[in-house]
Amino acid sequence: MNLITKDPKAQSDTAHTGHPTPLTYFKIALILSITTAIEVGVFYIEWLGHGIIPVLVILSGLKFGLVALFYMHLKYDSPLFSWFFFGGLALATSVFIAVLGLFKFFVAQ
Amino acid sequence: MLEAGADPHGENSEHTTTGLNHRKLLMWAFLGSDCMFFGTLIGTYLVSKGRSLVGPYAVDVFDIPVTSVSTFVLLMSSMSMVLAYAALTRGSLKGFRIWIASTAIMGMTFLSFQVFEFYEFANHEVHFKCSTPISDLTEHERTFIDKCAGQDASHEVEEQHGLTPRTNLFGTTFFVLTGFHGAHVTLGVVWLLSLLFYSFRGGVTAKRNLDVDLAALYWHFVDVVWIVIFTVVYLFGVFPGF
Amino acid sequence: MISLTIPIPKRPTHPTGIWNWLTTIDHKRIGILYGVTAFILFLTGGIEALYMRAQLATPEAEIVSPEVFNQLFTMHGTTMIFLAIMPMGTAFFNYIIPLQIGARDVAFPRLNAFSYWTFLAGAIMLKSSWFLGGAPNAGWFGYAPITGVPYNPGHGIDFWILSLQILGIASLAAAFNFVVTIINMRAPGMSLMRMPLFTWMTFVTSLLLILAFPVITVALIELMFDRFYGANFFVPAAGASPLLWQHLFWIFGHPEVYILILPAMGIISEIIPTFSKKPLFGYPVVVLSGVVIAFMGWMVWSHHMFTVGLGPVANSVFALTTMAIAVPTGVKIFSWMGTMWRGSIHFSTAMLFSVGFVALFIIGGLSGVMHSSAASDAQQQDTYFIVAHLHYVLFGGSIMALLAAVYYWFPKITGRLMSESIGKINFWLTFIAMNLTFFPMHFTGLDGMPRRIYTYGTEMGWDLWNAVASMGAFLLAASILVFMHNVVRSYRKGEISGSDPWDGRTLEWSISSPPPEYNFAEIPVVETRDPFWAQKRDSVATARVGGGSGEGEHDIHMPQPSYWPLVVSIGLLIGGYGLIYNVAVAVVGGAIALIAVYAWSFEPVNEPEEH
Repeated sequence: MNLITKDPKAQSDTAHTGHPTPLTYFKIALILSITTAIEVGVFYIEWLGHGIIPVLVILSGLKFGLVALFYMHLKYDSPLFSWFFFGGLALATSVFIAVLGLFKFFVAQ
Repeated sequence: MLEAGADPHGENSEHTTTGLNHRKLLMWAFLGSDCMFFGTLIGTYLVSKGRSLVGPYAVDVFDIPVTSVSTFVLLMSSMSMVLAYAALTRGSLKGFRIWIASTAIMGMTFLSFQVFEFYEFANHEVHFKCSTPISDLTEHERTFIDKCAGQDASHEVEEQHGLTPRTNLFGTTFFVLTGFHGAHVTLGVVWLLSLLFYSFRGGVTAKRNLDVDLAALYWHFVDVVWIVIFTVVYLFGVFPGF
Repeated sequence: MISLTIPIPKRPTHPTGIWNWLTTIDHKRIGILYGVTAFILFLTGGIEALYMRAQLATPEAEIVSPEVFNQLFTMHGTTMIFLAIMPMGTAFFNYIIPLQIGARDVAFPRLNAFSYWTFLAGAIMLKSSWFLGGAPNAGWFGYAPITGVPYNPGHGIDFWILSLQILGIASLAAAFNFVVTIINMRAPGMSLMRMPLFTWMTFVTSLLLILAFPVITVALIELMFDRFYGANFFVPAAGASPLLWQHLFWIFGHPEVYILILPAMGIISEIIPTFSKKPLFGYPVVVLSGVVIAFMGWMVWSHHMFTVGLGPVANSVFALTTMAIAVPTGVKIFSWMGTMWRGSIHFSTAMLFSVGFVALFIIGGLSGVMHSSAASDAQQQDTYFIVAHLHYVLFGGSIMALLAAVYYWFPKITGRLMSESIGKINFWLTFIAMNLTFFPMHFTGLDGMPRRIYTYGTEMGWDLWNAVASMGAFLLAASILVFMHNVVRSYRKGEISGSDPWDGRTLEWSISSPPPEYNFAEIPVVETRDPFWAQKRDSVATARVGGGSGEGEHDIHMPQPSYWPLVVSIGLLIGGYGLIYNVAVAVVGGAIALIAVYAWSFEPVNEPEEH
């Protein structure tokens, strides 16, 4: 419950004193680009077979997380924002994984 | 761009219980809600995957290198967006305008790619040489193999079989999912351009940066949704056996 | 940037007459608008039900045709859920929540007005289908593929899709508003665990709404693409699984039933302590139970689909999660009973309706547990037993609680008490008629009478109980007439209530009835649960309601009314009809909405007042 009721002085929308510098943003962009390149590259490695699935899931999850944490400032902002966003995300993910399970999506044909 | 009307002093977040701004809280609640929106669309796409009765399928139409480029452009637009916001908070209105304009341009570039892609898919052609070993043909192409009957090996089968939302289940789910993402991007571009024009009228300043903050959150969200779509729809879409 | 070059009309500063209501952004007025509109729509849903009960009163009756009967049950369900119970709840959210948390308005007053006008637009659209070629006829859940064009070529389903989309926008706007309001506008000292239960349940309901509605939105979009543009989402001939619709619908639909019942539970949790003169028994557990019910509501949707053949594993899992929900629900029931235990109970009409709620909800809950067992449900699916169950929880539950809420908060809203003597007649008539209507459905249901049939043969042996149910239904209508009489009479010449007629516990009773436009002249400081009660009993030495900001009344600046929420809603309504009849009209509607959104965005919060 303390997650929501925070000390008002600790939060200010205009100050953003804890935000990273443009250099950090460039670095993140670089990682994002390289990750995308790896994703597309991995794609052409045939011997990976079905191993490509977890690799791609992890890589895109990494990209997702970097954008959310740094570009969307969730790392620096109120945890309440993270609860809203990742709560919705987690719910959507788990509900639809369950739906896919009910449709026998994960059963190898 | 909704205003916190009950707070007549505008964006003063000191007066709220949590110290958080009303509108920013609303934005995050909306993004949580929008996760369910895209979750449902992606869920529908995956449930319908492999159920189409006729082609063309993902492997027939997708062009991964092209989509990789548009993905890259959208990723970079996110960086540009965060730099626009950083420039504004530093007090550089000029930097803000340059970066937000480039964000909008990259957004429009992405949309152009999408229009191009939709057009290509809608006019997709089955095209292969009769000499191609059958194992190298896609499932969809194999349905045209009888066109080679009585032809010599150098004969090329060439027929237009476009993919539209009506063609098959893949077309339906693909176009509606990516189309709604495209609609989100379009709305974002309009929003960014509105802010750019608004900045020339003095509406955007280092102190009044919340409008930009909110637009940026929306823009990054559209970007992360695309990260998921690129992997789940495009990369997994052409992966054999998945 | 059209809006930057055209002059934006000024905000109306002191509108009068009808404009006062059309442009209002006062949460109390919007609450009244919501309540009155929803009640009128509740009557229309009731009339639809009476037609059905008249048709079913005798075997092989011919009062309505089978086609009309299909439209009647579809419209009755859709109306009662989306146009009656949900907005009646929203009416109380609007009126009461800012008062309970010590705020002067909601976080987004114009968004609030937009929510009401959009709700009205959706209601007009849905109800107008009766006069425009036939109402929707595929049940409130509109299962695929019966909603597809080949089986349903008229416009009924189109109206259903688009009006539900518009209503969804309205509900989402309200839900976002209340989430932000409750998190961000609590009076100093009102921590989460000091919030009144009704505020808590509103918060939980709003969270459910913002997470559940996108699912139905997408499902309806998909259905719309199927119908309007020949897409294949739910077309079995194209390889699609129509079962997907059922999943999407119930992923939304089950949280939706908690959206209907949780506000009722919140209302009851306010009324029972007040009239037992005791604090709510086990407050933290009741809060936690509400949260757990909402969370578990996401894990049970397939219990609506036990008979579609999901397989024994899936059926067992969903049976177990469903049974588990009975635990937090039971905890709440025990808490209400614990609150009454050894309390000095005053059976006012509001309290009678609340106790009635507890009794009837238990019956509905028990039949719910019965069909949580997949094997048992296989016998009950699509029979009148289910109809009995859902009416015990929605009428015996939600409606009873909403009637209790009217009796409880009417003095706050109007400054006058409702007649207790007519109220008692109202309660007993409702209670008896409700059981007379819905209890026999248990019997006919277990005897195999299917839902949604327009008639039956006398050899089935269902004559007696159907006749009883129909009699009950008309008696129920009479009880609603008594209620209306009481409201109108009390509004005109009810006893003046004063600010605190019930010896209330929460902040809304600390201000005058009806409250001033700004609610609280001074924002209260809260130091305990039930702050007003504590102040009156002086049990907390420093408890004070009032004090704090030190502003004088003349310093309070409330945001001014606005035209734009109404205009955006009108744009949506035009757009909705346009999508059905003419795309050009839809474009015009969209353009109106878009321009109004820009005007709204750039509208100053206050025009400078002329002195």
